[in-house]
Amino acid sequence: MKVSTKWLQDYVDLKIDPAQLAEKIERTAVEVDEEYRLADGLKKIVVGYVQSKKPHPDSDHLNICQVDVGQEKSLQIICGAPNLEADRKVIVALPGSRIADNVKIKRSKMRGEVSEGMICSLQEIGFAESVVPKEFANGIYFLPNNAQPGDSVYSYLGMDEAIIDLDVTPNRADMLSMRGTATELAAIYDKPVHFSHPQVTETAAEKTSDLLQVTADSTLAPTYLIRIIKNVTLKASPLWLQKRLWNAGVRPINNVVDVTNYILLDYGQPLHSFDYDQIAGKHLNVRLAHDGETLQTLDEQERQLRPGKDIVIADQQGAAALAGTMGGLRTAVSDQTTTIALEAAVFDATRIRQTARRHKLHSEASTRFERGINQKTVAEALDAAAMLIAELGDGQLTKGILKAALAEPQDVTVKISLDKINQVLGTNLSVASVKDIFQRLGFQVTVAATDFTVVIPPSRWDISIPADLIEEVARIYGYDNLPATLPTSVLTPGHYTYQQRVIRQTRQLLESAGLDQAISYGLTNNKKAQRFMMEPSAVTELSFPMSSDRTTARMNLISGLLDDVAYNVARKVENVALYEEGRVFYRQADQVRPREVEHVAGALTGEFTPSTWHEPSNGIDFFTTKGIVEFLLKSLGISQACFVRGDSHEEMHPGRTADIYLGEQFIGFVGEVHPAVCQEYRIKRTYVFELDLQQIIEAPKQAELYHPISKYPAITRDVALAVDQTIENAAIINCFYDHGGKYLRSVQLFDVYQGKKMAANKKSLAYKLTYQAQDATLADEQVNQDFERVLGRLEAEFGAVVR
Amino acid sequence: MNLQNKLTDLKRQALSEIEQTETPDKINEIRVHLLGKKGPITEILRGMRELPKEQRPEVGSFANKVRDELTNAIDEQKEKIETLLTAKRLENEAIDVTLPGVPVKTGTPHIIMQVIDQIEKLFLGMGYQVVDGPEVEEDHYNFEMMNLPKDHPARDMQDTFYITDQILMRTQTSPVQARTMEKHDFSQGPLRMISPGKVYRRDTDDATHSHQFHQVEGLVIDKHITMADLKGTLAKIAQTIFGEEREIRLRPSYFPFTEPSVEVDVSCFKCGGKGCQVCKQTGWIEVLGAGMVHPNVLKMAGIDPEVYGGFAFGLGPDRFAMLKYGVDDIREFYLNDVRFLEQFSQKG
Repeated sequence: MKVSTKWLQDYVDLKIDPAQLAEKIERTAVEVDEEYRLADGLKKIVVGYVQSKKPHPDSDHLNICQVDVGQEKSLQIICGAPNLEADRKVIVALPGSRIADNVKIKRSKMRGEVSEGMICSLQEIGFAESVVPKEFANGIYFLPNNAQPGDSVYSYLGMDEAIIDLDVTPNRADMLSMRGTATELAAIYDKPVHFSHPQVTETAAEKTSDLLQVTADSTLAPTYLIRIIKNVTLKASPLWLQKRLWNAGVRPINNVVDVTNYILLDYGQPLHSFDYDQIAGKHLNVRLAHDGETLQTLDEQERQLRPGKDIVIADQQGAAALAGTMGGLRTAVSDQTTTIALEAAVFDATRIRQTARRHKLHSEASTRFERGINQKTVAEALDAAAMLIAELGDGQLTKGILKAALAEPQDVTVKISLDKINQVLGTNLSVASVKDIFQRLGFQVTVAATDFTVVIPPSRWDISIPADLIEEVARIYGYDNLPATLPTSVLTPGHYTYQQRVIRQTRQLLESAGLDQAISYGLTNNKKAQRFMMEPSAVTELSFPMSSDRTTARMNLISGLLDDVAYNVARKVENVALYEEGRVFYRQADQVRPREVEHVAGALTGEFTPSTWHEPSNGIDFFTTKGIVEFLLKSLGISQACFVRGDSHEEMHPGRTADIYLGEQFIGFVGEVHPAVCQEYRIKRTYVFELDLQQIIEAPKQAELYHPISKYPAITRDVALAVDQTIENAAIINCFYDHGGKYLRSVQLFDVYQGKKMAANKKSLAYKLTYQAQDATLADEQVNQDFERVLGRLEAEFGAVVR
Repeated sequence: MNLQNKLTDLKRQALSEIEQTETPDKINEIRVHLLGKKGPITEILRGMRELPKEQRPEVGSFANKVRDELTNAIDEQKEKIETLLTAKRLENEAIDVTLPGVPVKTGTPHIIMQVIDQIEKLFLGMGYQVVDGPEVEEDHYNFEMMNLPKDHPARDMQDTFYITDQILMRTQTSPVQARTMEKHDFSQGPLRMISPGKVYRRDTDDATHSHQFHQVEGLVIDKHITMADLKGTLAKIAQTIFGEEREIRLRPSYFPFTEPSVEVDVSCFKCGGKGCQVCKQTGWIEVLGAGMVHPNVLKMAGIDPEVYGGFAFGLGPDRFAMLKYGVDDIREFYLNDVRFLEQFSQKG
């Protein structure tokens, strides 16, 4: 809502700097988007009188004009506007002036002729295209004939008025009008308001009720009023009215439309004007749309109405207007119109909102119907509009107002105690100061001891409960004046739950392992959502997605990370190590809401540490990635995780993927992404892992206990074993531990070899075994015995041959 | 020449020889030669047998003195040589210390998570709990329990990703508050909570809009919670994220779930309030919304608004991060360009 401070001045006496006023409004009432004058940034733009014009000799559209700008000598200005006329007052940008968009106008030559300035259109001096009257849309603007050459144009055009653009919150629809805003400011500054009220004179001979019949379903239109104005001449509105409109961001059109818009701005009351002669059967009825009913609206669109839902104003031929949103073309006011049937109403807010939404017809009018109308001024706004139309269109009002429905506006009474106010606000206000605030707001107050009974007028329909009154007190008293404290009461310690702690530690651990945290989108497409899944699940899909990329809740994190890897690789960032911690959404087919499971995943490609002058690069492979997973699991207290070959993941390399088990439970996998998937993402070899963090959180953890460190020396034995290639290291390690004797402390794989020195299908695995006793120095013989025994066992079980 | 004179001579010669020695081997050689069993001092002392008895102690003591002096001289010279040698070796070991160090590979937490972490720490310190809730939510908790009945203007379809009529992607983290309020046992103390997490809106992604972003909402419910408490708490948030000197101002606003409702501005951290591009010359930046919990919200959660009251606030870590670090495109947060992520690795 663009509020002109000059217009406000008509209603409340505020001699306040507009910037300060804006700040006060922002701190006390509603947000201010901007405070400005249309003239801001303009310089040296004056009234000019076109004394003469003659065609430019070298041009088919330019004219050479002599323009009186109030100086001794008139200026020669070249002008190409098609609507240029001599003997008219125009807008002149003098040499050295600044027009819209900070453009500087200089003396220049146009095709050999000197031009000392520029004759301007409204757009050229900063008017928005949307407010320029149609007749001046493609040419220059003509100022009134009494404009004084040489005067600055700003005051003629209202461009010197300070405008405060309010962003009115849905609850403060009372401020969607000049009168409502004036009332609010009067309360803030503790000033009286003085509104003018229309004096109705009905000079036409006919009674309105003889001309038209109106009926309404009062649940659809609690108030529905009509006045008729006869013998109206449609023409341009006077400049004072046009200025008020364009300063409010509304385009002047003709006197009838302009008046309805003006009253909308002034009272916040939307109005609709019908061409009386087009009303079939001379009967208007407010009802719901019928089955199959259509309406061609003012924008010339044929609309299918929603039966039983859209409210229409119908005549004998059917729908004539879509209530509160847009009129019908058939009954619209046109150049031929002479008799106006003017409607002022209150419609059911919910229905108007739905109609506006379904038909995409949000407007200044529908917004006000949706948010509420001041019930008290419906008739007054209608009277004011009818009188002004009659005045500006030389018409006459017929006798009487038609009332299809008229709801009696009700005051609302709310009770509140001083204690409650001070308790909620943390203040120490007195009865007197609270009472004063209520009175300034125009509420009637009665006080009994410290209890207030507050009567709220219909103009503030947003107030109905004590909390609403507390807000009124708080903002008028001033939020700046509230003290700032912290809640005091029983102190409960704040702490993360075990689950939250593990999640946060998981993030830190992966960061310490060198992975950057990614946050990808939780919504993805159907295909990506269903890849890399760890359990069967139905999809969770949006019913009205915005784009085909975001249709489905993800059921894995890897897909998102691969998107990230692809994004980086496409931008020549080839070394990527990312992890993500977040939810996946698994759903059983019969569940409405999915189960949300915390997962953690990683994706790595390129070099893990790039080469430096000091060290060669360290590439990423299965084992780097597995190392990260092992580090994470171990740090989270999972020491018994078991990695087994996992060749059943469609999107993974079948020979380079390990499934991870905790006992019988599948908790995740690690491996290389299938080359076909990499190709699809246009990425090189990429290694990924995904773990069910929820299971890790819930898994039993090994308690950390002190183990005494042996004081006795350890003995080591190295052995290289030749085995079949299919034999897995894990099996051999397990055998060592199971049969290595009681002194065996650790087994470490230190070399794997396949090649020329080995027979085909054989590989060599070399281990270092460490033996140590807790209470004595071991003798070589003891160790040798255990060592030989386990080697025998390995030979028997795996055909392992010592090399 | 008597023995004393011989010794004095010997000493003079030996000292000069010691002084000129430059290697550890040579000095050892001198030690063995001079002080060894076959050395000159021993030899001279052997000659003492020919002296009258009464002279022997005097000469003996003189000889011992000479030996001690020489021993000291040798030790000193040896130390000197070693110091020199060490210095020389260290000189040879010199490196170009301006060569870069070996990089330590660590990952960076996502900038939004860093903001959330800071906020969580602040509120844990003030006795709040961190509460998580579902991202796929029921209409009931996301809207109705928040005083947003079915026909409310703030519920237009285009804002929400619906899955079914009743199930949706949560548009705010306040449903977590509704769920928590319903369950909270006030005999165990007041309710103080924050709920961080992802939220979703039916929006087209561009520089300032994202269909996914984050929220941290806070809620305190107790018997005597005031708007002044809210103001103090909000100031703490602003100071934690944007710097100790920040001030806040409250402006009236409207949310269906609070009354009174306020928008909260923080004094511009860039210009300190004088006016600059970041604050669009106003000195203030809008950072969050807050208010006193609406009695309807309490009633719906089964809490008596006559006895209990409280405040709630909601802030956007994405917006905080954009403001604080000057990020001008919200999409950066979800594209995970490594060059973007690794810009924010500073701790503390």
